[in-house]
Amino acid sequence: MNRVVITGMGVVAPNGVGLGAFTNAIKSGVSGITFHQNLEDANFSCCIGGIPQVSEEKKLEYLTPLQLRGFNSSGILYGCMAGMDAWKDAGFDINPESTLDYDSGCVFGTGTSGVEKFREAIYKLDAGEVKRLGSTVVLQTMASGISAYLGGILGLGNQVTTNSSACTTGTEALLMGYERIKRGQAKRMLVGSCSDDGAYIWGGFDAMRVMTYKHNDAPEEGSRPMSTSASGFVPGSGAGALVLESLESALERGATIYAEVLGGHINSGGQRNGGTLTAPNPEAVQRCILEALKNSGINANAIDTINGHLTATSKDSLEIENWVQALDRRGSDFPYINSLKSMVGHCLAAAGSIESVATVLQLKDQFVFPNLNCEDVHPGILELISDEKIPKQMIKKEITIAAKASFGFGDVNACIIFKKYN
Amino acid sequence: MKKEELITKLKSIVKPYIQDEEAFNNLSEHTTFVGDLKINSANLVDVILDVEDEFDIRIENDEMERMLSVKAAMDIVSSKISA
Repeated sequence: MNRVVITGMGVVAPNGVGLGAFTNAIKSGVSGITFHQNLEDANFSCCIGGIPQVSEEKKLEYLTPLQLRGFNSSGILYGCMAGMDAWKDAGFDINPESTLDYDSGCVFGTGTSGVEKFREAIYKLDAGEVKRLGSTVVLQTMASGISAYLGGILGLGNQVTTNSSACTTGTEALLMGYERIKRGQAKRMLVGSCSDDGAYIWGGFDAMRVMTYKHNDAPEEGSRPMSTSASGFVPGSGAGALVLESLESALERGATIYAEVLGGHINSGGQRNGGTLTAPNPEAVQRCILEALKNSGINANAIDTINGHLTATSKDSLEIENWVQALDRRGSDFPYINSLKSMVGHCLAAAGSIESVATVLQLKDQFVFPNLNCEDVHPGILELISDEKIPKQMIKKEITIAAKASFGFGDVNACIIFKKYN
Repeated sequence: MKKEELITKLKSIVKPYIQDEEAFNNLSEHTTFVGDLKINSANLVDVILDVEDEFDIRIENDEMERMLSVKAAMDIVSSKISA
Protein backbone atom coordinates (compact mmCIF):
# COMPACT_ATOMS: atom_id res chain seq x y z
CA MET A 1 0.00 0.00 0.00
CA ASN A 2 1.35 3.42 -0.96
CA ARG A 3 1.47 6.32 1.46
CA VAL A 4 -0.31 9.34 0.02
CA VAL A 5 0.77 12.95 0.41
CA ILE A 6 -0.45 16.33 -0.79
CA THR A 7 1.98 18.12 -3.10
CA GLY A 8 -0.08 20.97 -4.53
CA MET A 9 -3.18 22.99 -3.73
CA GLY A 10 -5.37 25.61 -5.36
CA VAL A 11 -8.42 27.45 -4.13
CA VAL A 12 -11.02 29.89 -5.39
CA ALA A 13 -12.98 31.00 -2.33
CA PRO A 14 -15.29 33.89 -1.53
CA ASN A 15 -12.69 35.32 0.88
CA GLY A 16 -9.61 34.69 -1.25
CA VAL A 17 -8.75 33.65 -4.78
CA GLY A 18 -5.43 31.81 -4.90
CA LEU A 19 -3.60 30.00 -2.12
CA GLY A 20 -1.74 33.08 -0.84
CA ALA A 21 -4.78 35.31 -0.55
CA PHE A 22 -6.82 32.49 0.98
CA THR A 23 -4.14 31.67 3.57
CA ASN A 24 -4.01 35.29 4.70
CA ALA A 25 -7.81 35.48 4.80
CA ILE A 26 -8.32 32.42 6.98
CA LYS A 27 -5.51 33.39 9.35
CA SER A 28 -6.98 36.80 9.98
CA GLY A 29 -10.62 35.76 9.81
CA VAL A 30 -11.72 37.63 6.70
CA SER A 31 -15.35 37.16 5.67
CA GLY A 32 -16.22 36.71 2.01
CA ILE A 33 -19.96 37.17 2.53
CA THR A 34 -21.62 40.11 0.77
CA PHE A 35 -25.09 41.39 -0.07
CA HIS A 36 -26.41 40.57 -3.54
CA GLN A 37 -29.02 42.89 -5.01
CA ASN A 38 -30.11 40.30 -7.60
CA LEU A 39 -31.19 37.97 -4.77
CA GLU A 40 -33.29 40.71 -3.20
CA ASP A 41 -34.77 41.55 -6.60
CA ALA A 42 -35.74 37.89 -6.99
CA ASN A 43 -37.52 37.94 -3.61
CA PHE A 44 -35.01 35.71 -1.81
CA SER A 45 -35.35 35.57 1.96
CA CYS A 46 -31.57 35.29 2.21
CA CYS A 47 -29.93 38.02 0.11
CA ILE A 48 -26.34 37.41 1.20
CA GLY A 49 -23.82 34.91 -0.11
CA GLY A 50 -20.20 34.14 -0.84
CA ILE A 51 -18.95 34.61 -4.40
CA PRO A 52 -15.24 34.58 -5.32
CA GLN A 53 -14.03 37.79 -6.96
CA VAL A 54 -12.70 36.93 -10.43
CA SER A 55 -12.03 39.64 -13.03
CA GLU A 56 -12.27 39.13 -16.80
CA GLU A 57 -8.47 39.49 -17.06
CA LYS A 58 -8.04 36.81 -14.41
CA LYS A 59 -10.25 34.40 -16.39
CA LEU A 60 -7.94 34.80 -19.38
CA GLU A 61 -5.02 33.56 -17.29
CA TYR A 62 -6.77 30.19 -17.21
CA LEU A 63 -9.06 29.82 -20.22
CA THR A 64 -8.54 30.89 -23.83
CA PRO A 65 -10.81 33.43 -25.54
CA LEU A 66 -12.23 30.49 -27.52
CA GLN A 67 -12.97 28.51 -24.33
CA LEU A 68 -14.62 31.60 -22.85
CA ARG A 69 -16.85 32.12 -25.92
CA GLY A 70 -20.43 31.48 -24.83
CA PHE A 71 -19.05 30.28 -21.51
CA ASN A 72 -21.49 30.61 -18.62
CA SER A 73 -20.60 28.06 -15.97
CA SER A 74 -19.13 29.65 -12.86
CA GLY A 75 -18.47 26.29 -11.22
CA ILE A 76 -16.37 25.05 -14.12
CA LEU A 77 -14.47 28.34 -14.14
CA TYR A 78 -13.70 28.10 -10.42
CA GLY A 79 -12.81 24.42 -10.74
CA CYS A 80 -10.45 25.02 -13.65
CA MET A 81 -8.75 27.87 -11.80
CA ALA A 82 -8.29 25.88 -8.58
CA GLY A 83 -7.29 22.71 -10.42
CA MET A 84 -4.75 24.44 -12.66
CA ASP A 85 -3.29 26.35 -9.71
CA ALA A 86 -2.93 23.12 -7.72
CA TRP A 87 -1.22 21.41 -10.66
CA LYS A 88 1.28 24.25 -11.08
CA ASP A 89 1.76 24.45 -7.32
CA ALA A 90 2.76 20.77 -7.39
CA GLY A 91 5.50 21.69 -9.86
CA PHE A 92 3.93 20.63 -13.16
CA ASP A 93 3.74 22.65 -16.36
CA ILE A 94 0.47 23.27 -18.13
CA ASN A 95 1.05 22.88 -21.81
CA PRO A 96 -1.45 21.86 -24.51
CA GLU A 97 1.33 19.86 -26.21
CA SER A 98 2.36 17.95 -23.08
CA THR A 99 2.75 14.19 -23.34
CA LEU A 100 -0.22 12.24 -22.06
CA ASP A 101 0.39 11.17 -18.47
CA TYR A 102 -1.20 7.77 -17.78
CA ASP A 103 -0.10 7.92 -14.14
CA SER A 104 -2.12 11.04 -13.33
CA GLY A 105 -5.88 11.28 -13.06
CA CYS A 106 -8.63 13.43 -11.66
CA VAL A 107 -11.68 13.09 -9.42
CA PHE A 108 -13.34 16.49 -9.40
CA GLY A 109 -16.85 16.66 -8.02
CA THR A 110 -19.78 18.99 -8.36
CA GLY A 111 -23.48 19.14 -7.52
CA THR A 112 -25.00 20.75 -10.59
CA SER A 113 -22.94 22.02 -13.47
CA GLY A 114 -23.46 25.23 -15.44
CA VAL A 115 -26.93 26.03 -14.13
CA GLU A 116 -26.85 29.49 -15.80
CA LYS A 117 -25.87 27.92 -19.11
CA PHE A 118 -28.67 25.40 -18.69
CA ARG A 119 -31.15 28.23 -18.16
CA GLU A 120 -29.90 29.96 -21.31
CA ALA A 121 -30.34 26.73 -23.26
CA ILE A 122 -33.84 26.07 -21.94
CA TYR A 123 -35.02 29.54 -22.99
CA LYS A 124 -33.62 29.06 -26.48
CA LEU A 125 -35.00 25.56 -26.79
CA ASP A 126 -38.46 26.61 -25.66
CA ALA A 127 -38.36 29.33 -28.31
CA GLY A 128 -37.89 26.63 -30.94
CA GLU A 129 -34.20 27.43 -31.42
CA VAL A 130 -32.58 24.13 -30.48
CA LYS A 131 -30.34 24.42 -33.55
CA ARG A 132 -28.90 27.62 -32.18
CA LEU A 133 -27.67 26.34 -28.80
CA GLY A 134 -24.05 26.23 -29.95
CA SER A 135 -21.52 23.51 -29.33
CA THR A 136 -20.79 23.82 -25.61
CA VAL A 137 -24.13 23.37 -23.82
CA VAL A 138 -23.43 19.70 -23.19
CA LEU A 139 -19.86 20.28 -21.99
CA GLN A 140 -20.88 23.05 -19.63
CA THR A 141 -23.96 21.35 -18.20
CA MET A 142 -22.94 17.70 -17.98
CA ALA A 143 -22.05 16.75 -14.41
CA SER A 144 -18.57 15.68 -15.50
CA GLY A 145 -17.94 18.96 -17.33
CA ILE A 146 -15.35 20.02 -14.78
CA SER A 147 -13.29 16.84 -14.94
CA ALA A 148 -13.57 16.89 -18.75
CA TYR A 149 -12.18 20.43 -18.91
CA LEU A 150 -9.38 19.73 -16.44
CA GLY A 151 -8.47 16.37 -17.98
CA GLY A 152 -7.90 18.04 -21.34
CA ILE A 153 -6.12 21.12 -20.05
CA LEU A 154 -3.67 19.01 -18.06
CA GLY A 155 -3.42 15.99 -20.37
CA LEU A 156 -4.40 13.40 -17.75
CA GLY A 157 -4.43 9.77 -18.81
CA ASN A 158 -5.53 7.96 -15.66
CA GLN A 159 -9.13 7.91 -14.41
CA VAL A 160 -10.85 11.25 -15.09
CA THR A 161 -14.24 11.50 -13.43
CA THR A 162 -16.70 13.57 -11.44
CA ASN A 163 -18.32 12.46 -8.21
CA SER A 164 -21.43 13.92 -6.65
CA SER A 165 -22.67 13.49 -3.09
CA ALA A 166 -24.14 16.86 -2.13
CA CYS A 167 -22.16 18.65 0.59
CA THR A 168 -19.86 15.65 1.02
CA THR A 169 -18.68 15.84 -2.60
CA GLY A 170 -15.27 17.48 -2.12
CA THR A 171 -14.29 15.33 0.85
CA GLU A 172 -15.41 12.21 -0.99
CA ALA A 173 -13.39 13.20 -4.10
CA LEU A 174 -10.30 13.45 -1.95
CA LEU A 175 -10.80 10.00 -0.46
CA MET A 176 -11.55 8.48 -3.87
CA GLY A 177 -8.26 9.83 -5.24
CA TYR A 178 -6.46 8.71 -2.09
CA GLU A 179 -7.72 5.13 -2.47
CA ARG A 180 -6.59 5.00 -6.09
CA ILE A 181 -3.03 6.03 -5.24
CA LYS A 182 -2.90 3.87 -2.13
CA ARG A 183 -3.77 0.81 -4.20
CA GLY A 184 -1.17 1.68 -6.83
CA GLN A 185 -3.64 2.43 -9.61
CA ALA A 186 -2.33 5.96 -10.07
CA LYS A 187 0.71 7.96 -8.99
CA ARG A 188 -1.05 11.30 -8.84
CA MET A 189 -4.68 12.35 -8.61
CA LEU A 190 -5.97 15.89 -8.88
CA VAL A 191 -8.93 15.93 -6.51
CA GLY A 192 -11.39 18.62 -5.57
CA SER A 193 -14.82 20.01 -6.19
CA CYS A 194 -16.59 23.11 -7.40
CA SER A 195 -19.96 24.79 -7.16
CA ASP A 196 -21.74 27.44 -9.24
CA ASP A 197 -22.75 30.68 -7.57
CA GLY A 198 -25.97 32.62 -7.68
CA ALA A 199 -29.72 32.59 -7.60
CA TYR A 200 -30.40 29.47 -9.67
CA ILE A 201 -28.20 27.22 -7.57
CA TRP A 202 -29.23 28.75 -4.24
CA GLY A 203 -32.96 29.21 -4.88
CA GLY A 204 -34.00 25.71 -3.86
CA PHE A 205 -32.29 26.12 -0.47
CA ASP A 206 -33.97 29.48 0.04
CA ALA A 207 -37.31 27.78 -0.65
CA MET A 208 -36.53 25.19 2.03
CA ARG A 209 -35.99 28.08 4.48
CA VAL A 210 -32.64 26.63 5.52
CA MET A 211 -30.71 29.82 4.71
CA THR A 212 -30.67 32.73 7.17
CA TYR A 213 -32.84 35.74 6.42
CA LYS A 214 -31.83 37.69 9.52
CA HIS A 215 -28.55 39.22 8.40
CA ASN A 216 -29.26 40.88 5.07
CA ASP A 217 -28.18 44.21 6.53
CA ALA A 218 -24.94 42.84 8.04
CA PRO A 219 -23.67 40.18 5.62
CA GLU A 220 -20.39 39.45 7.39
CA GLU A 221 -22.26 38.55 10.57
CA GLY A 222 -24.62 36.20 8.73
CA SER A 223 -22.72 32.91 8.84
CA ARG A 224 -22.73 31.87 12.51
CA PRO A 225 -21.78 28.20 13.00
CA MET A 226 -22.04 27.01 16.62
CA SER A 227 -23.64 30.30 17.69
CA THR A 228 -26.78 30.63 19.80
CA SER A 229 -28.05 33.13 17.27
CA ALA A 230 -27.37 30.87 14.27
CA SER A 231 -30.45 30.89 12.08
CA GLY A 232 -29.53 28.99 8.94
CA PHE A 233 -26.61 28.79 6.57
CA VAL A 234 -25.30 31.41 4.15
CA PRO A 235 -24.75 30.10 0.62
CA GLY A 236 -21.30 30.16 -0.92
CA SER A 237 -19.52 29.00 -4.05
CA GLY A 238 -16.06 28.38 -5.47
CA ALA A 239 -13.65 25.48 -5.75
CA GLY A 240 -10.82 23.75 -3.95
CA ALA A 241 -8.24 21.41 -5.44
CA LEU A 242 -5.43 19.23 -4.13
CA VAL A 243 -2.80 17.19 -5.91
CA LEU A 244 -2.49 13.84 -4.15
CA GLU A 245 0.62 11.83 -4.88
CA SER A 246 2.28 8.66 -3.71
CA LEU A 247 4.99 9.46 -1.21
CA GLU A 248 7.43 7.63 -3.43
CA SER A 249 6.65 9.80 -6.45
CA ALA A 250 6.72 12.98 -4.38
CA LEU A 251 10.14 12.15 -2.94
CA GLU A 252 11.47 11.19 -6.36
CA ARG A 253 10.44 14.56 -7.74
CA GLY A 254 11.61 16.46 -4.68
CA ALA A 255 8.13 17.95 -4.42
CA THR A 256 6.96 20.16 -1.57
CA ILE A 257 4.80 18.08 0.76
CA TYR A 258 1.96 19.93 2.48
CA ALA A 259 0.72 17.02 4.58
CA GLU A 260 -0.02 13.31 4.49
CA VAL A 261 -3.45 11.80 4.00
CA LEU A 262 -3.43 9.14 6.71
CA GLY A 263 -6.80 7.72 5.77
CA GLY A 264 -10.50 8.23 6.07
CA HIS A 265 -13.92 6.74 5.65
CA ILE A 266 -17.09 7.27 3.63
CA ASN A 267 -20.49 5.89 4.59
CA SER A 268 -24.21 6.58 4.65
CA GLY A 269 -26.80 6.59 7.36
CA GLY A 270 -29.29 5.05 4.97
CA GLN A 271 -31.95 7.53 6.13
CA ARG A 272 -32.60 5.27 9.10
CA ASN A 273 -32.33 5.82 12.87
CA GLY A 274 -33.17 9.51 12.66
CA GLY A 275 -31.49 10.02 9.33
CA THR A 276 -33.58 11.49 6.50
CA LEU A 277 -32.91 12.99 3.08
CA THR A 278 -31.80 16.15 4.86
CA ALA A 279 -30.80 15.05 8.39
CA PRO A 280 -27.94 12.76 9.42
CA ASN A 281 -28.28 9.44 11.18
CA PRO A 282 -26.05 10.09 14.25
CA GLU A 283 -25.00 6.47 14.55
CA ALA A 284 -23.62 6.49 11.01
CA VAL A 285 -21.83 9.81 11.54
CA GLN A 286 -20.09 8.46 14.63
CA ARG A 287 -19.25 5.25 12.86
CA CYS A 288 -17.78 7.22 9.96
CA ILE A 289 -15.47 9.11 12.31
CA LEU A 290 -14.43 5.92 14.14
CA GLU A 291 -13.77 4.04 10.91
CA ALA A 292 -11.68 6.96 9.68
CA LEU A 293 -9.53 6.70 12.81
CA LYS A 294 -9.19 2.96 12.39
CA ASN A 295 -8.34 3.29 8.72
CA SER A 296 -5.69 5.86 9.63
CA GLY A 297 -4.22 3.73 12.40
CA ILE A 298 -4.54 6.39 15.09
CA ASN A 299 -6.59 6.69 18.24
CA ALA A 300 -8.99 9.47 19.13
CA ASN A 301 -6.56 11.16 21.49
CA ALA A 302 -4.17 11.89 18.64
CA ILE A 303 -6.49 14.43 17.02
CA ASP A 304 -5.32 17.99 17.62
CA THR A 305 -7.93 19.85 15.65
CA ILE A 306 -11.19 19.25 13.80
CA ASN A 307 -12.55 21.10 10.84
CA GLY A 308 -16.25 20.37 11.12
CA HIS A 309 -19.10 20.45 8.68
CA LEU A 310 -20.91 22.94 10.98
CA THR A 311 -23.21 24.89 8.69
CA ALA A 312 -24.91 27.25 11.19
CA THR A 313 -28.21 25.43 11.33
CA SER A 314 -29.84 23.74 14.31
CA LYS A 315 -27.79 20.64 13.48
CA ASP A 316 -24.50 22.09 14.77
CA SER A 317 -25.11 20.88 18.34
CA LEU A 318 -25.88 17.40 17.05
CA GLU A 319 -22.63 17.38 15.07
CA ILE A 320 -20.61 18.35 18.16
CA GLU A 321 -22.36 15.62 20.12
CA ASN A 322 -21.44 13.11 17.41
CA TRP A 323 -17.76 14.11 17.59
CA VAL A 324 -17.84 13.92 21.41
CA GLN A 325 -19.42 10.47 21.34
CA ALA A 326 -17.17 9.12 18.58
CA LEU A 327 -13.91 10.43 20.05
CA ASP A 328 -15.02 9.96 23.66
CA ARG A 329 -13.47 13.34 24.41
CA ARG A 330 -15.35 16.22 25.99
CA GLY A 331 -14.92 19.50 27.83
CA SER A 332 -11.35 20.78 27.78
CA ASP A 333 -10.15 17.38 26.56
CA PHE A 334 -11.91 17.97 23.23
CA PRO A 335 -9.69 18.98 20.26
CA TYR A 336 -9.89 22.46 18.77
CA ILE A 337 -12.76 22.77 16.34
CA ASN A 338 -13.53 25.32 13.65
CA SER A 339 -15.84 25.92 10.73
CA LEU A 340 -14.63 27.67 7.59
CA LYS A 341 -18.27 28.36 6.78
CA SER A 342 -18.18 31.26 9.24
CA MET A 343 -16.01 33.07 6.65
CA VAL A 344 -17.13 31.76 3.25
CA GLY A 345 -20.61 30.38 3.89
CA HIS A 346 -21.64 26.93 2.80
CA CYS A 347 -19.98 26.39 -0.56
CA LEU A 348 -22.23 23.32 -1.14
CA ALA A 349 -20.49 20.80 -3.41
CA ALA A 350 -17.29 22.86 -3.15
CA ALA A 351 -17.38 22.97 0.66
CA GLY A 352 -15.46 19.75 1.33
CA SER A 353 -12.54 20.61 -0.92
CA ILE A 354 -12.19 24.29 0.05
CA GLU A 355 -12.37 23.29 3.72
CA SER A 356 -9.84 20.50 3.17
CA VAL A 357 -7.43 23.03 1.65
CA ALA A 358 -7.93 25.21 4.76
CA THR A 359 -7.35 22.21 7.05
CA VAL A 360 -4.14 21.23 5.28
CA LEU A 361 -2.87 24.84 5.40
CA GLN A 362 -3.27 24.68 9.18
CA LEU A 363 -0.96 21.66 9.33
CA LYS A 364 1.55 23.19 6.93
CA ASP A 365 1.76 26.56 8.69
CA GLN A 366 0.95 25.27 12.20
CA PHE A 367 -2.09 27.30 13.20
CA VAL A 368 -5.79 26.92 13.90
CA PHE A 369 -7.90 29.48 12.08
CA PRO A 370 -10.56 31.39 14.00
CA ASN A 371 -14.33 30.95 13.96
CA LEU A 372 -16.20 34.16 13.16
CA ASN A 373 -19.54 35.11 14.67
CA CYS A 374 -19.67 32.72 17.60
CA GLU A 375 -19.10 35.02 20.56
CA ASP A 376 -22.34 33.48 21.79
CA VAL A 377 -21.61 29.76 21.54
CA HIS A 378 -24.78 27.67 21.73
CA PRO A 379 -25.43 26.45 25.32
CA GLY A 380 -26.05 22.93 24.01
CA ILE A 381 -22.51 22.93 22.65
CA LEU A 382 -20.99 24.38 25.82
CA GLU A 383 -22.49 21.48 27.77
CA LEU A 384 -20.32 19.19 25.68
CA ILE A 385 -17.05 21.04 25.04
CA SER A 386 -15.14 23.97 26.50
CA ASP A 387 -15.49 27.41 24.98
CA GLU A 388 -11.69 27.67 24.65
CA LYS A 389 -11.77 24.77 22.13
CA ILE A 390 -13.70 27.01 19.72
CA PRO A 391 -11.06 29.61 18.78
CA LYS A 392 -12.30 33.15 18.10
CA GLN A 393 -8.79 34.29 17.22
CA MET A 394 -6.13 32.42 15.29
CA ILE A 395 -4.12 30.09 17.50
CA LYS A 396 -0.47 29.43 16.74
CA LYS A 397 0.19 25.96 18.01
CA GLU A 398 1.96 22.76 17.18
CA ILE A 399 -0.57 20.51 15.53
CA THR A 400 0.13 17.10 14.08
CA ILE A 401 -3.22 15.56 13.23
CA ALA A 402 -6.32 17.21 11.84
CA ALA A 403 -9.68 15.62 11.11
CA LYS A 404 -12.00 16.95 8.41
CA ALA A 405 -15.57 15.76 7.99
CA SER A 406 -18.43 16.60 5.68
CA PHE A 407 -22.04 15.48 5.85
CA GLY A 408 -24.48 15.82 3.00
CA PHE A 409 -28.08 15.58 1.87
CA GLY A 410 -28.98 11.99 1.25
CA ASP A 411 -27.52 11.13 4.69
CA VAL A 412 -23.98 10.68 3.37
CA ASN A 413 -20.81 11.15 5.40
CA ALA A 414 -17.07 11.44 4.82
CA CYS A 415 -14.20 11.92 7.24
CA ILE A 416 -10.50 12.37 6.43
CA ILE A 417 -7.48 12.31 8.72
CA PHE A 418 -4.54 14.52 7.69
CA LYS A 419 -1.12 14.44 9.31
CA LYS A 420 1.68 16.96 9.30
CA TYR A 421 4.50 15.61 7.16
CA ASN A 422 8.03 15.57 8.52
CA MET B 1 -21.86 41.45 -52.12
CA LYS B 2 -18.39 41.39 -53.65
CA LYS B 3 -16.33 38.27 -53.33
CA GLU B 4 -13.52 40.04 -51.47
CA GLU B 5 -15.96 41.57 -49.03
CA LEU B 6 -17.52 38.16 -48.37
CA ILE B 7 -14.13 36.56 -47.76
CA THR B 8 -13.19 39.35 -45.35
CA LYS B 9 -16.40 38.82 -43.38
CA LEU B 10 -15.95 35.05 -43.28
CA LYS B 11 -12.36 35.52 -42.20
CA SER B 12 -13.37 37.61 -39.20
CA ILE B 13 -16.07 35.08 -38.31
CA VAL B 14 -13.73 32.09 -38.21
CA LYS B 15 -10.89 33.96 -36.49
CA PRO B 16 -11.82 32.99 -32.89
CA TYR B 17 -11.96 29.30 -33.78
CA ILE B 18 -8.85 28.75 -35.91
CA GLN B 19 -5.86 26.88 -34.54
CA ASP B 20 -3.47 27.38 -37.46
CA GLU B 21 -2.33 30.99 -37.75
CA GLU B 22 -0.39 30.48 -40.93
CA ALA B 23 -3.29 28.92 -42.82
CA PHE B 24 -5.49 31.70 -41.47
CA ASN B 25 -3.14 34.42 -42.74
CA ASN B 26 -3.12 32.79 -46.17
CA LEU B 27 -6.86 32.19 -46.19
CA SER B 28 -8.34 31.85 -49.68
CA GLU B 29 -11.45 30.40 -51.30
CA HIS B 30 -9.79 26.98 -51.25
CA THR B 31 -9.06 26.96 -47.53
CA THR B 32 -10.89 24.23 -45.59
CA PHE B 33 -12.14 24.80 -42.04
CA VAL B 34 -11.06 21.60 -40.33
CA GLY B 35 -8.20 20.45 -42.58
CA ASP B 36 -6.42 23.78 -43.05
CA LEU B 37 -7.56 26.07 -40.26
CA LYS B 38 -7.62 23.17 -37.75
CA ILE B 39 -10.95 24.32 -36.36
CA ASN B 40 -12.23 21.77 -33.83
CA SER B 41 -15.03 19.97 -35.65
CA ALA B 42 -17.38 20.57 -32.69
CA ASN B 43 -16.91 24.32 -33.24
CA LEU B 44 -18.22 24.13 -36.82
CA VAL B 45 -21.75 24.59 -35.50
CA ASP B 46 -20.62 27.76 -33.75
CA VAL B 47 -19.13 29.06 -37.02
CA ILE B 48 -22.48 28.37 -38.71
CA LEU B 49 -24.38 30.26 -35.97
CA ASP B 50 -22.05 33.23 -36.35
CA VAL B 51 -22.52 33.16 -40.14
CA GLU B 52 -26.29 33.08 -39.66
CA ASP B 53 -26.14 36.09 -37.36
CA GLU B 54 -23.76 38.08 -39.56
CA PHE B 55 -25.79 37.67 -42.74
CA ASP B 56 -29.21 37.31 -41.12
CA ILE B 57 -29.86 34.00 -42.83
CA ARG B 58 -30.72 30.46 -41.75
CA ILE B 59 -28.59 27.52 -42.81
CA GLU B 60 -30.22 24.09 -43.03
CA ASN B 61 -28.69 20.80 -41.88
CA ASP B 62 -27.87 19.58 -45.39
CA GLU B 63 -26.23 22.89 -46.25
CA MET B 64 -24.23 22.76 -43.06
CA GLU B 65 -22.92 19.33 -43.95
CA ARG B 66 -21.52 20.78 -47.18
CA MET B 67 -20.07 23.89 -45.57
CA LEU B 68 -16.55 22.61 -45.05
CA SER B 69 -14.53 25.21 -46.93
CA VAL B 70 -14.46 28.95 -47.50
CA LYS B 71 -15.67 28.37 -51.07
CA ALA B 72 -18.65 26.28 -49.95
CA ALA B 73 -19.55 28.85 -47.31
CA MET B 74 -19.36 31.65 -49.88
CA ASP B 75 -21.63 29.76 -52.29
CA ILE B 76 -24.24 29.05 -49.63
CA VAL B 77 -24.19 32.56 -48.19
CA SER B 78 -24.34 34.14 -51.68
CA SER B 79 -27.31 32.02 -52.69
CA LYS B 80 -29.15 33.03 -49.52
CA ILE B 81 -28.50 36.75 -49.57
CA SER B 82 -29.29 37.10 -53.28
CA ALA B 83 -32.51 35.10 -52.86
